[in-house]
Amino acid sequence: MSELSDRTIILHGRKVVPGVAEGEALVTRDTISGWGGINEREGTVIERRHELRGVSFKDKVLVFPGAKGSSGYSAYFHMTRLNGVNPKAMIFVKMTTKAALGAVVTHTPTVTELDQDPLSVIETGDWVRVDADRGIVEVTKHRSRAPVA
Amino acid sequence: MHLTDHERGMRDGDHGPAKAKAMDLLIRYGEALGAERLVETNNVAGAFNASTPSVRELVKRGFDTVFSELNLDSQETVPIPKMAASTCQLITGIDNDNWAIQGIPEELVVQQKAAEAHFGALGINMFATCTPYQVGNVPVKGEHCAWMESSAVVYCNSVLGARTNTEGKESTGAAALTGRIPYWGYHIPENRRGTHLVEVDVEVDDIMDWGLLGYWLGEIVQEDVPVLTGRLKQPSLIKLKHFGAAAASSGGVEMYHVPGVTPEARDVDEAFGGRTITERLRYGPAERRLAYDNLNCAQERDVDFVMLGCPHNAIEQVATIALAVEGKKLHPNTQMWVHTPRALREVAARNGYVKMIEDAGGVVMSDTCPAISRYAPKGTRVIATDSAKQAHYLPAILGLPVWFGTVQDCVATALTGTWQGALR
Repeated sequence: MSELSDRTIILHGRKVVPGVAEGEALVTRDTISGWGGINEREGTVIERRHELRGVSFKDKVLVFPGAKGSSGYSAYFHMTRLNGVNPKAMIFVKMTTKAALGAVVTHTPTVTELDQDPLSVIETGDWVRVDADRGIVEVTKHRSRAPVA
Repeated sequence: MHLTDHERGMRDGDHGPAKAKAMDLLIRYGEALGAERLVETNNVAGAFNASTPSVRELVKRGFDTVFSELNLDSQETVPIPKMAASTCQLITGIDNDNWAIQGIPEELVVQQKAAEAHFGALGINMFATCTPYQVGNVPVKGEHCAWMESSAVVYCNSVLGARTNTEGKESTGAAALTGRIPYWGYHIPENRRGTHLVEVDVEVDDIMDWGLLGYWLGEIVQEDVPVLTGRLKQPSLIKLKHFGAAAASSGGVEMYHVPGVTPEARDVDEAFGGRTITERLRYGPAERRLAYDNLNCAQERDVDFVMLGCPHNAIEQVATIALAVEGKKLHPNTQMWVHTPRALREVAARNGYVKMIEDAGGVVMSDTCPAISRYAPKGTRVIATDSAKQAHYLPAILGLPVWFGTVQDCVATALTGTWQGALR
Protein backbone atom coordinates (compact mmCIF):
# COMPACT_ATOMS: atom_id res chain seq x y z
CA MET A 1 0.00 0.00 0.00
CA SER A 2 2.65 2.50 1.03
CA GLU A 3 4.78 1.81 -2.03
CA LEU A 4 1.78 2.07 -4.36
CA SER A 5 0.39 5.22 -2.80
CA ASP A 6 3.80 6.85 -3.03
CA ARG A 7 3.74 6.46 -6.79
CA THR A 8 0.02 6.91 -7.43
CA ILE A 9 -1.86 10.20 -7.82
CA ILE A 10 -5.62 10.52 -8.14
CA LEU A 11 -7.21 13.38 -10.06
CA HIS A 12 -10.91 14.20 -10.20
CA GLY A 13 -12.63 15.78 -13.18
CA ARG A 14 -15.63 15.76 -15.47
CA LYS A 15 -16.62 13.15 -18.04
CA VAL A 16 -16.50 14.23 -21.69
CA VAL A 17 -16.85 10.79 -23.27
CA PRO A 18 -17.85 7.76 -21.14
CA GLY A 19 -15.81 4.60 -20.65
CA VAL A 20 -12.72 3.28 -18.90
CA ALA A 21 -9.27 2.79 -20.43
CA GLU A 22 -5.66 2.72 -19.35
CA GLY A 23 -2.29 3.08 -20.99
CA GLU A 24 0.97 4.93 -21.17
CA ALA A 25 0.73 8.71 -21.08
CA LEU A 26 1.86 10.93 -23.94
CA VAL A 27 1.97 14.51 -22.67
CA THR A 28 2.35 17.75 -24.63
CA ARG A 29 2.09 21.39 -23.65
CA ASP A 30 1.29 22.35 -27.26
CA THR A 31 -2.29 22.48 -28.49
CA ILE A 32 -3.07 20.06 -31.32
CA SER A 33 -4.47 20.64 -34.82
CA GLY A 34 -6.45 17.75 -36.30
CA TRP A 35 -6.57 18.55 -40.01
CA GLY A 36 -3.09 19.68 -41.04
CA GLY A 37 -1.68 18.75 -37.64
CA ILE A 38 -1.92 14.96 -37.49
CA ASN A 39 -1.49 12.08 -39.94
CA GLU A 40 -4.72 10.09 -39.60
CA ARG A 41 -3.26 6.89 -41.05
CA GLU A 42 -0.36 6.69 -38.59
CA GLY A 43 -1.70 8.64 -35.62
CA THR A 44 1.33 10.93 -35.65
CA VAL A 45 1.63 14.65 -35.03
CA ILE A 46 2.98 16.36 -38.16
CA GLU A 47 2.86 20.11 -37.39
CA ARG A 48 6.23 21.72 -38.19
CA ARG A 49 6.92 23.49 -34.87
CA HIS A 50 5.10 21.01 -32.56
CA GLU A 51 6.99 19.32 -29.72
CA LEU A 52 5.41 15.95 -30.63
CA ARG A 53 6.26 16.18 -34.33
CA GLY A 54 6.76 12.65 -35.64
CA VAL A 55 5.43 11.01 -32.43
CA SER A 56 2.42 8.64 -32.57
CA PHE A 57 -0.43 8.76 -30.06
CA LYS A 58 -1.80 5.37 -31.12
CA ASP A 59 -2.84 3.39 -28.00
CA LYS A 60 -1.53 6.16 -25.73
CA VAL A 61 -3.40 8.23 -23.16
CA LEU A 62 -3.06 11.63 -24.83
CA VAL A 63 -2.68 14.48 -22.32
CA PHE A 64 -2.79 17.92 -23.96
CA PRO A 65 -3.94 21.52 -23.39
CA GLY A 66 -6.64 21.41 -26.09
CA ALA A 67 -7.43 21.76 -29.76
CA LYS A 68 -6.56 24.48 -32.22
CA GLY A 69 -6.72 25.28 -35.89
CA SER A 70 -9.00 23.86 -38.54
CA SER A 71 -12.57 22.66 -38.09
CA GLY A 72 -11.38 19.40 -39.64
CA TYR A 73 -10.15 18.49 -36.13
CA SER A 74 -13.01 16.09 -35.37
CA ALA A 75 -13.00 14.49 -38.83
CA TYR A 76 -9.29 13.69 -38.55
CA PHE A 77 -9.55 12.17 -35.06
CA HIS A 78 -12.66 10.34 -36.35
CA MET A 79 -10.50 8.85 -39.14
CA THR A 80 -7.80 7.79 -36.65
CA ARG A 81 -10.53 5.60 -35.11
CA LEU A 82 -11.58 4.19 -38.51
CA ASN A 83 -7.88 3.49 -39.20
CA GLY A 84 -7.24 1.95 -35.76
CA VAL A 85 -4.59 4.48 -34.70
CA ASN A 86 -6.60 6.54 -32.20
CA PRO A 87 -5.47 7.31 -28.64
CA LYS A 88 -6.80 4.95 -25.93
CA ALA A 89 -8.05 7.84 -23.83
CA MET A 90 -7.79 11.62 -23.76
CA ILE A 91 -7.28 14.19 -21.03
CA PHE A 92 -7.42 17.86 -21.99
CA VAL A 93 -7.56 21.19 -20.19
CA LYS A 94 -9.38 23.76 -22.32
CA MET A 95 -12.89 22.90 -23.46
CA THR A 96 -13.71 23.95 -27.02
CA THR A 97 -16.15 22.62 -29.60
CA LYS A 98 -13.24 21.08 -31.52
CA ALA A 99 -11.83 19.25 -28.50
CA ALA A 100 -15.30 18.04 -27.40
CA LEU A 101 -16.53 16.84 -30.79
CA GLY A 102 -13.13 15.29 -31.60
CA ALA A 103 -13.27 13.22 -28.41
CA VAL A 104 -16.94 12.25 -28.95
CA VAL A 105 -16.38 10.87 -32.46
CA THR A 106 -13.13 9.12 -31.49
CA HIS A 107 -15.18 7.07 -28.98
CA THR A 108 -12.34 7.15 -26.44
CA PRO A 109 -12.89 7.74 -22.70
CA THR A 110 -12.15 11.42 -22.10
CA VAL A 111 -12.09 13.75 -19.09
CA THR A 112 -11.49 17.46 -18.51
CA GLU A 113 -11.77 20.08 -15.71
CA LEU A 114 -9.42 18.13 -13.41
CA ASP A 115 -8.75 19.37 -9.87
CA GLN A 116 -4.99 19.54 -10.57
CA ASP A 117 -3.22 20.58 -13.76
CA PRO A 118 -2.75 17.30 -15.66
CA LEU A 119 0.09 18.81 -17.69
CA SER A 120 2.08 19.29 -14.47
CA VAL A 121 1.10 16.08 -12.70
CA ILE A 122 1.35 13.64 -15.59
CA GLU A 123 4.57 12.98 -17.53
CA THR A 124 5.11 11.03 -20.71
CA GLY A 125 5.67 7.39 -19.75
CA ASP A 126 3.44 7.41 -16.65
CA TRP A 127 0.75 4.73 -16.53
CA VAL A 128 -2.67 6.38 -16.55
CA ARG A 129 -6.10 4.87 -15.94
CA VAL A 130 -9.01 7.06 -17.09
CA ASP A 131 -12.38 6.19 -15.55
CA ALA A 132 -14.44 8.78 -17.38
CA ASP A 133 -17.75 7.47 -16.01
CA ARG A 134 -16.65 8.40 -12.46
CA GLY A 135 -14.44 11.30 -13.55
CA ILE A 136 -11.36 9.72 -11.97
CA VAL A 137 -7.81 9.67 -13.37
CA GLU A 138 -5.29 7.40 -11.64
CA VAL A 139 -1.66 8.22 -12.43
CA THR A 140 1.12 5.76 -11.60
CA LYS A 141 4.43 7.56 -11.91
CA HIS A 142 6.97 6.00 -14.19
CA ARG A 143 9.75 7.52 -12.10
CA SER A 144 9.47 7.53 -8.32
CA ARG A 145 8.89 10.86 -6.74
CA ALA A 146 11.24 12.13 -4.06
CA PRO A 147 11.99 9.24 -1.65
CA VAL A 148 10.03 9.28 1.60
CA ALA A 149 12.23 9.25 4.70
CA MET B 1 -29.46 18.51 -21.36
CA HIS B 2 -32.91 20.07 -21.73
CA LEU B 3 -34.76 19.03 -24.91
CA THR B 4 -38.00 20.42 -26.33
CA ASP B 5 -40.86 18.06 -27.21
CA HIS B 6 -39.90 18.22 -30.88
CA GLU B 7 -36.26 17.44 -30.08
CA ARG B 8 -37.29 14.48 -27.91
CA GLY B 9 -39.47 13.25 -30.76
CA MET B 10 -36.55 13.41 -33.17
CA ARG B 11 -34.31 11.60 -30.65
CA ASP B 12 -36.90 8.84 -30.19
CA GLY B 13 -37.21 8.17 -33.91
CA ASP B 14 -40.61 9.81 -34.55
CA HIS B 15 -39.07 11.60 -37.54
CA GLY B 16 -37.05 8.71 -38.94
CA PRO B 17 -33.76 6.98 -38.12
CA ALA B 18 -31.42 9.62 -39.60
CA LYS B 19 -32.81 12.41 -37.40
CA ALA B 20 -32.64 10.03 -34.41
CA LYS B 21 -28.93 9.41 -35.08
CA ALA B 22 -28.40 13.15 -35.57
CA MET B 23 -30.05 13.92 -32.21
CA ASP B 24 -28.05 11.17 -30.52
CA LEU B 25 -24.83 12.82 -31.70
CA LEU B 26 -25.99 16.33 -30.74
CA ILE B 27 -26.86 15.09 -27.24
CA ARG B 28 -23.50 13.32 -26.78
CA TYR B 29 -21.70 16.39 -28.11
CA GLY B 30 -23.79 18.88 -26.13
CA GLU B 31 -23.26 16.95 -22.90
CA ALA B 32 -19.51 16.73 -23.58
CA LEU B 33 -19.49 20.53 -23.85
CA GLY B 34 -21.69 20.99 -20.79
CA ALA B 35 -24.38 22.73 -22.87
CA GLU B 36 -27.77 23.16 -21.20
CA ARG B 37 -29.82 23.04 -24.39
CA LEU B 38 -29.81 23.21 -28.18
CA VAL B 39 -30.58 26.27 -30.31
CA GLU B 40 -32.40 26.42 -33.65
CA THR B 41 -30.28 27.10 -36.71
CA ASN B 42 -31.21 27.50 -40.35
CA ASN B 43 -27.71 28.19 -41.66
CA VAL B 44 -25.33 25.24 -41.89
CA ALA B 45 -21.97 25.17 -43.72
CA GLY B 46 -20.29 21.79 -43.66
CA ALA B 47 -18.20 19.21 -45.47
CA PHE B 48 -20.15 16.43 -47.12
CA ASN B 49 -17.47 15.24 -49.49
CA ALA B 50 -15.43 12.08 -49.07
CA SER B 51 -12.31 12.45 -51.17
CA THR B 52 -9.55 11.51 -48.69
CA PRO B 53 -7.82 8.14 -49.22
CA SER B 54 -8.73 7.11 -45.65
CA VAL B 55 -12.42 6.83 -46.42
CA ARG B 56 -12.24 5.12 -49.82
CA GLU B 57 -13.56 1.84 -48.37
CA LEU B 58 -16.57 3.58 -46.83
CA VAL B 59 -17.47 5.17 -50.15
CA LYS B 60 -17.81 1.74 -51.74
CA ARG B 61 -20.69 1.06 -49.35
CA GLY B 62 -22.73 3.99 -50.68
CA PHE B 63 -23.48 7.61 -49.85
CA ASP B 64 -25.88 6.80 -47.00
CA THR B 65 -23.01 4.98 -45.29
CA VAL B 66 -20.66 7.90 -45.95
CA PHE B 67 -23.08 10.40 -44.40
CA SER B 68 -24.04 8.07 -41.53
CA GLU B 69 -20.44 7.45 -40.45
CA LEU B 70 -18.67 10.69 -41.37
CA ASN B 71 -21.47 13.24 -40.85
CA LEU B 72 -23.49 11.62 -38.03
CA ASP B 73 -20.90 9.41 -36.26
CA SER B 74 -23.27 6.45 -36.76
CA GLN B 75 -21.74 3.06 -37.46
CA GLU B 76 -25.17 1.87 -38.52
CA THR B 77 -26.12 3.03 -42.03
CA VAL B 78 -29.39 4.98 -42.05
CA PRO B 79 -31.20 6.36 -45.13
CA ILE B 80 -30.44 10.10 -45.36
CA PRO B 81 -33.46 12.35 -46.10
CA LYS B 82 -33.47 15.90 -47.46
CA MET B 83 -31.76 18.53 -45.31
CA ALA B 84 -34.03 20.29 -42.80
CA ALA B 85 -31.86 23.43 -42.54
CA SER B 86 -30.42 25.62 -45.27
CA THR B 87 -27.07 23.93 -45.87
CA CYS B 88 -24.02 24.51 -48.06
CA GLN B 89 -20.90 22.57 -48.98
CA LEU B 90 -17.55 24.18 -48.12
CA ILE B 91 -14.27 23.59 -49.94
CA THR B 92 -13.55 20.15 -51.44
CA GLY B 93 -10.44 18.26 -52.52
CA ILE B 94 -11.06 18.36 -56.25
CA ASP B 95 -11.47 21.08 -58.89
CA ASN B 96 -14.22 19.61 -61.07
CA ASP B 97 -12.61 20.99 -64.24
CA ASN B 98 -8.87 21.24 -63.46
CA TRP B 99 -8.50 17.89 -61.67
CA ALA B 100 -6.05 16.53 -64.24
CA ILE B 101 -3.74 19.53 -63.67
CA GLN B 102 -4.00 18.84 -59.92
CA GLY B 103 -2.97 15.24 -60.57
CA ILE B 104 -6.12 13.69 -59.07
CA PRO B 105 -6.92 10.10 -60.20
CA GLU B 106 -10.03 10.02 -62.39
CA GLU B 107 -11.82 7.47 -60.17
CA LEU B 108 -11.86 10.02 -57.31
CA VAL B 109 -13.29 12.66 -59.65
CA VAL B 110 -16.08 10.34 -60.76
CA GLN B 111 -16.77 9.57 -57.09
CA GLN B 112 -16.83 13.24 -56.10
CA LYS B 113 -19.19 14.19 -58.94
CA ALA B 114 -21.54 11.32 -58.03
CA ALA B 115 -21.47 12.43 -54.38
CA GLU B 116 -22.27 16.01 -55.40
CA ALA B 117 -25.21 14.89 -57.52
CA HIS B 118 -26.54 12.76 -54.64
CA PHE B 119 -26.11 15.30 -51.84
CA GLY B 120 -27.01 18.23 -54.08
CA ALA B 121 -30.43 16.69 -54.67
CA LEU B 122 -30.84 16.37 -50.88
CA GLY B 123 -30.52 20.15 -50.63
CA ILE B 124 -26.82 20.72 -49.92
CA ASN B 125 -25.90 23.80 -51.96
CA MET B 126 -22.61 23.23 -53.76
CA PHE B 127 -20.75 26.48 -53.14
CA ALA B 128 -17.54 24.42 -52.83
CA THR B 129 -15.56 27.25 -51.23
CA CYS B 130 -14.03 28.08 -47.85
CA THR B 131 -15.64 31.55 -48.20
CA PRO B 132 -19.43 31.03 -48.45
CA TYR B 133 -19.82 34.67 -47.36
CA GLN B 134 -18.35 35.73 -50.75
CA VAL B 135 -20.90 33.86 -52.84
CA GLY B 136 -24.30 34.35 -51.27
CA ASN B 137 -24.34 32.96 -47.73
CA VAL B 138 -24.05 36.17 -45.73
CA PRO B 139 -25.72 35.62 -42.34
CA VAL B 140 -27.10 38.66 -40.55
CA LYS B 141 -26.12 39.96 -37.11
CA GLY B 142 -27.37 37.66 -34.36
CA GLU B 143 -28.21 34.74 -36.68
CA HIS B 144 -27.41 31.35 -35.15
CA CYS B 145 -25.29 29.32 -37.57
CA ALA B 146 -23.50 25.97 -37.56
CA TRP B 147 -20.40 26.50 -39.64
CA MET B 148 -17.21 24.60 -40.21
CA GLU B 149 -14.05 26.12 -41.72
CA SER B 150 -12.11 28.07 -39.11
CA SER B 151 -11.47 31.04 -41.43
CA ALA B 152 -15.20 31.33 -42.21
CA VAL B 153 -16.21 30.90 -38.56
CA VAL B 154 -14.03 33.78 -37.37
CA TYR B 155 -15.37 35.95 -40.22
CA CYS B 156 -18.99 35.00 -39.44
CA ASN B 157 -18.67 35.89 -35.75
CA SER B 158 -16.39 38.90 -35.92
CA VAL B 159 -17.16 40.72 -39.16
CA LEU B 160 -20.81 39.75 -39.66
CA GLY B 161 -21.89 39.50 -36.01
CA ALA B 162 -23.66 36.19 -36.64
CA ARG B 163 -23.14 33.41 -34.10
CA THR B 164 -21.34 30.13 -34.59
CA ASN B 165 -18.80 27.92 -32.92
CA THR B 166 -16.23 26.07 -34.99
CA GLU B 167 -18.33 23.06 -35.82
CA GLY B 168 -17.10 19.80 -37.33
CA LYS B 169 -18.10 17.43 -40.08
CA GLU B 170 -20.30 15.39 -37.73
CA SER B 171 -22.04 18.26 -35.91
CA THR B 172 -22.85 20.09 -39.16
CA GLY B 173 -24.32 16.87 -40.58
CA ALA B 174 -26.53 16.53 -37.52
CA ALA B 175 -27.47 20.23 -37.63
CA ALA B 176 -28.42 20.01 -41.31
CA LEU B 177 -30.89 17.19 -40.59
CA THR B 178 -32.39 18.60 -37.36
CA GLY B 179 -31.95 22.40 -37.54
CA ARG B 180 -30.31 22.26 -34.09
CA ILE B 181 -26.83 22.83 -32.60
CA PRO B 182 -25.66 23.03 -28.95
CA TYR B 183 -26.30 26.44 -27.34
CA TRP B 184 -22.78 26.98 -26.06
CA GLY B 185 -19.72 29.15 -26.64
CA TYR B 186 -20.23 31.95 -29.16
CA HIS B 187 -24.00 31.47 -29.31
CA ILE B 188 -24.11 33.03 -25.82
CA PRO B 189 -23.65 36.84 -25.82
CA GLU B 190 -21.41 36.98 -22.70
CA ASN B 191 -18.82 34.74 -24.35
CA ARG B 192 -18.43 37.13 -27.27
CA ARG B 193 -16.79 39.88 -25.24
CA GLY B 194 -13.11 40.76 -25.52
CA THR B 195 -10.45 39.11 -23.36
CA HIS B 196 -7.22 40.82 -24.52
CA LEU B 197 -6.52 44.40 -25.57
CA VAL B 198 -3.98 44.50 -28.39
CA GLU B 199 -2.05 47.75 -28.97
CA VAL B 200 -0.85 47.76 -32.57
CA ASP B 201 2.30 49.91 -32.63
CA VAL B 202 3.29 49.43 -36.25
CA GLU B 203 1.12 50.48 -39.18
CA VAL B 204 -1.06 47.63 -40.42
CA ASP B 205 -2.57 48.34 -43.82
CA ASP B 206 -1.68 45.95 -46.63
CA ILE B 207 -2.95 42.39 -46.87
CA MET B 208 0.35 40.82 -45.85
CA ASP B 209 0.49 42.93 -42.70
CA TRP B 210 -3.02 41.87 -41.68
CA GLY B 211 -1.84 38.25 -42.12
CA LEU B 212 1.30 38.80 -40.03
CA LEU B 213 -0.71 40.43 -37.24
CA GLY B 214 -3.20 37.56 -37.23
CA TYR B 215 -0.49 34.91 -37.27
CA TRP B 216 1.38 36.46 -34.34
CA LEU B 217 -1.80 37.08 -32.37
CA GLY B 218 -3.39 33.64 -32.78
CA GLU B 219 -0.37 31.87 -31.35
CA ILE B 220 -0.54 34.04 -28.22
CA VAL B 221 -4.25 34.29 -27.47
CA GLN B 222 -5.09 30.78 -28.77
CA GLU B 223 -8.93 30.63 -28.52
CA ASP B 224 -9.48 33.89 -26.66
CA VAL B 225 -11.14 37.08 -28.00
CA PRO B 226 -8.66 39.85 -28.89
CA VAL B 227 -9.66 43.51 -29.28
CA LEU B 228 -7.47 45.41 -31.75
CA THR B 229 -6.57 49.06 -31.32
CA GLY B 230 -3.79 51.34 -32.51
CA ARG B 231 -2.27 51.94 -35.93
CA LEU B 232 -4.80 50.04 -38.01
CA LYS B 233 -5.97 51.44 -41.33
CA GLN B 234 -9.58 50.82 -42.36
CA PRO B 235 -9.71 47.12 -43.34
CA SER B 236 -11.77 45.47 -46.09
CA LEU B 237 -13.36 42.05 -46.59
CA ILE B 238 -10.11 40.85 -48.18
CA LYS B 239 -7.89 42.02 -45.31
CA LEU B 240 -10.12 40.66 -42.55
CA LYS B 241 -10.50 37.39 -44.47
CA HIS B 242 -6.71 36.99 -44.39
CA PHE B 243 -6.32 38.22 -40.80
CA GLY B 244 -8.91 35.81 -39.39
CA ALA B 245 -7.59 32.84 -41.36
CA ALA B 246 -4.08 33.46 -40.00
CA ALA B 247 -5.26 33.86 -36.39
CA ALA B 248 -7.32 30.67 -36.67
CA SER B 249 -4.27 28.73 -37.96
CA SER B 250 -1.56 29.64 -35.45
CA GLY B 251 -4.23 29.57 -32.73
CA GLY B 252 -7.94 28.95 -32.48
CA VAL B 253 -9.34 32.48 -32.67
CA GLU B 254 -13.08 32.35 -33.46
CA MET B 255 -13.98 35.92 -32.53
CA TYR B 256 -12.26 39.30 -32.38
CA HIS B 257 -13.27 42.94 -32.28
CA VAL B 258 -11.94 45.99 -34.10
CA PRO B 259 -13.69 48.87 -32.30
CA GLY B 260 -15.37 51.20 -34.76
CA VAL B 261 -15.25 48.56 -37.52
CA THR B 262 -16.80 45.25 -36.38
CA PRO B 263 -20.50 45.23 -35.46
CA GLU B 264 -20.39 44.33 -31.77
CA ALA B 265 -17.83 46.98 -30.78
CA ARG B 266 -18.63 50.62 -31.41
CA ASP B 267 -15.76 51.34 -29.02
CA VAL B 268 -13.32 49.50 -26.70
CA ASP B 269 -15.80 49.56 -23.80
CA GLU B 270 -18.47 47.81 -25.80
CA ALA B 271 -15.92 45.25 -27.06
CA PHE B 272 -15.16 44.25 -23.46
CA GLY B 273 -18.82 44.51 -22.43
CA GLY B 274 -17.96 46.42 -19.27
CA ARG B 275 -15.31 43.94 -18.14
CA THR B 276 -12.06 45.23 -16.66
CA ILE B 277 -9.20 44.83 -19.10
CA THR B 278 -6.61 42.55 -17.52
CA GLU B 279 -4.67 41.19 -20.48
CA ARG B 280 -2.73 43.65 -22.63
CA LEU B 281 -0.53 42.82 -25.61
CA ARG B 282 1.67 45.00 -27.81
CA TYR B 283 2.41 44.35 -31.49
CA GLY B 284 5.45 46.22 -32.75
CA PRO B 285 8.27 45.74 -35.27
CA ALA B 286 9.84 42.82 -33.33
CA GLU B 287 6.54 40.93 -33.20
CA ARG B 288 6.00 41.60 -36.91
CA ARG B 289 9.47 40.23 -37.67
CA LEU B 290 8.82 37.14 -35.53
CA ALA B 291 5.61 36.33 -37.40
CA TYR B 292 7.36 36.79 -40.73
CA ASP B 293 10.25 34.52 -39.74
CA ASN B 294 7.91 31.86 -38.37
CA LEU B 295 5.98 31.80 -41.66
CA ASN B 296 9.07 31.56 -43.88
CA CYS B 297 10.70 28.13 -43.58
CA ALA B 298 12.24 27.84 -47.08
CA GLN B 299 15.98 28.31 -47.77
CA GLU B 300 16.23 27.49 -51.47
CA ARG B 301 15.33 30.57 -53.54
CA ASP B 302 14.32 28.72 -56.71
CA VAL B 303 10.54 28.38 -56.50
CA ASP B 304 8.59 25.88 -58.61
CA PHE B 305 5.07 26.55 -57.37
CA VAL B 306 3.24 29.78 -56.51
CA MET B 307 -0.07 29.28 -54.65
CA LEU B 308 -2.41 32.27 -54.45
CA GLY B 309 -5.86 32.60 -52.94
CA CYS B 310 -6.32 31.20 -49.43
CA PRO B 311 -8.95 31.85 -48.21
CA HIS B 312 -10.37 31.80 -51.73
CA ASN B 313 -9.66 35.05 -53.57
CA ALA B 314 -12.16 37.86 -53.98
CA ILE B 315 -12.69 39.05 -57.55
CA GLU B 316 -10.48 42.11 -56.87
CA GLN B 317 -7.61 39.79 -55.91
CA VAL B 318 -8.02 37.76 -59.11
CA ALA B 319 -8.02 41.05 -61.05
CA THR B 320 -4.80 42.20 -59.34
CA ILE B 321 -3.03 39.00 -60.37
CA ALA B 322 -4.45 39.01 -63.91
CA LEU B 323 -3.36 42.59 -64.55
CA ALA B 324 0.10 41.91 -63.09
CA VAL B 325 0.73 39.03 -65.54
CA GLU B 326 -1.16 40.44 -68.54
CA GLY B 327 0.96 40.06 -71.65
CA LYS B 328 3.80 38.35 -69.74
CA LYS B 329 4.94 34.74 -69.38
CA LEU B 330 5.60 32.84 -66.18
CA HIS B 331 9.10 31.40 -65.72
CA PRO B 332 9.19 27.99 -67.46
CA ASN B 333 10.14 26.19 -64.21
CA THR B 334 7.40 27.81 -62.12
CA GLN B 335 3.69 27.08 -61.99
CA MET B 336 1.08 29.44 -60.56
CA TRP B 337 -2.38 28.44 -59.34
CA VAL B 338 -4.91 31.14 -58.44
CA HIS B 339 -7.83 29.99 -56.27
CA THR B 340 -11.27 31.61 -56.21
CA PRO B 341 -14.85 30.37 -55.60
CA ARG B 342 -16.48 28.87 -58.72
CA ALA B 343 -19.17 31.56 -58.77
CA LEU B 344 -16.45 34.26 -58.85
CA ARG B 345 -14.48 32.31 -61.45
CA GLU B 346 -17.47 32.82 -63.75
CA VAL B 347 -17.13 36.56 -63.23
CA ALA B 348 -13.36 36.38 -63.72
CA ALA B 349 -13.84 34.53 -67.01
CA ARG B 350 -16.39 37.09 -68.17
CA ASN B 351 -13.96 39.90 -67.35
CA GLY B 352 -11.11 38.26 -69.24
CA TYR B 353 -9.03 37.72 -66.08
CA VAL B 354 -8.99 33.94 -66.47
CA LYS B 355 -7.65 34.27 -70.02
CA MET B 356 -4.95 36.75 -68.94
CA ILE B 357 -3.75 34.33 -66.25
CA GLU B 358 -3.96 31.31 -68.54
CA ASP B 359 -2.18 33.11 -71.39
CA ALA B 360 0.70 33.83 -69.00
CA GLY B 361 0.84 30.12 -68.10
CA GLY B 362 -1.12 30.14 -64.84
CA VAL B 363 -4.23 28.21 -63.77
CA VAL B 364 -7.41 29.55 -62.14
CA MET B 365 -8.61 26.86 -59.72
CA SER B 366 -11.94 26.56 -57.92
CA ASP B 367 -13.56 24.16 -55.44
CA THR B 368 -10.26 23.30 -53.71
CA CYS B 369 -6.75 24.29 -52.58
CA PRO B 370 -3.44 22.39 -52.16
CA ALA B 371 -3.82 22.08 -48.37
CA ILE B 372 -7.25 20.45 -48.66
CA SER B 373 -6.49 18.32 -51.75
CA ARG B 374 -2.91 17.50 -50.67
CA TYR B 375 -1.92 17.97 -54.32
CA ALA B 376 0.64 20.44 -55.67
CA PRO B 377 2.14 20.34 -59.18
CA LYS B 378 4.15 17.15 -59.63
CA GLY B 379 7.80 17.57 -58.68
CA THR B 380 7.26 20.69 -56.55
CA ARG B 381 10.18 21.27 -54.18
CA VAL B 382 9.65 24.87 -53.01
CA ILE B 383 6.38 26.80 -52.67
CA ALA B 384 5.64 30.53 -52.45
CA THR B 385 2.27 31.87 -51.25
CA ASP B 386 0.56 35.09 -50.21
CA SER B 387 -1.46 33.19 -47.59
CA ALA B 388 -0.34 32.92 -43.97
CA LYS B 389 -2.71 29.98 -43.57
CA GLN B 390 -1.18 27.99 -46.44
CA ALA B 391 2.33 28.93 -45.27
CA HIS B 392 1.41 27.47 -41.88
CA TYR B 393 -0.17 24.23 -43.12
CA LEU B 394 1.64 23.25 -46.34
CA PRO B 395 4.96 22.31 -44.69
CA ALA B 396 3.05 19.82 -42.50
CA ILE B 397 0.61 18.58 -45.15
CA LEU B 398 2.91 18.33 -48.18
CA GLY B 399 6.24 18.22 -46.34
CA LEU B 400 7.58 21.09 -48.47
CA PRO B 401 9.27 24.39 -47.55
CA VAL B 402 7.28 27.60 -48.10
CA TRP B 403 8.03 31.28 -48.72
CA PHE B 404 5.39 33.78 -47.56
CA GLY B 405 4.99 37.32 -48.89
CA THR B 406 2.73 39.80 -50.64
CA VAL B 407 0.79 38.92 -53.77
CA GLN B 408 3.19 41.21 -55.67
CA ASP B 409 6.21 39.28 -54.28
CA CYS B 410 4.57 36.04 -55.32
CA VAL B 411 3.67 37.15 -58.85
CA ALA B 412 7.21 38.50 -59.33
CA THR B 413 8.48 35.11 -58.16
CA ALA B 414 6.25 33.31 -60.67
CA LEU B 415 7.62 35.51 -63.47
CA THR B 416 11.30 35.10 -62.53
CA GLY B 417 11.38 31.64 -60.95
CA THR B 418 13.18 32.88 -57.85
CA TRP B 419 11.86 34.20 -54.54
CA GLN B 420 11.44 37.98 -54.68
CA GLY B 421 9.97 38.63 -51.23
CA ALA B 422 11.38 40.37 -48.17
CA LEU B 423 10.08 42.04 -45.03
CA ARG B 424 10.00 45.69 -46.02
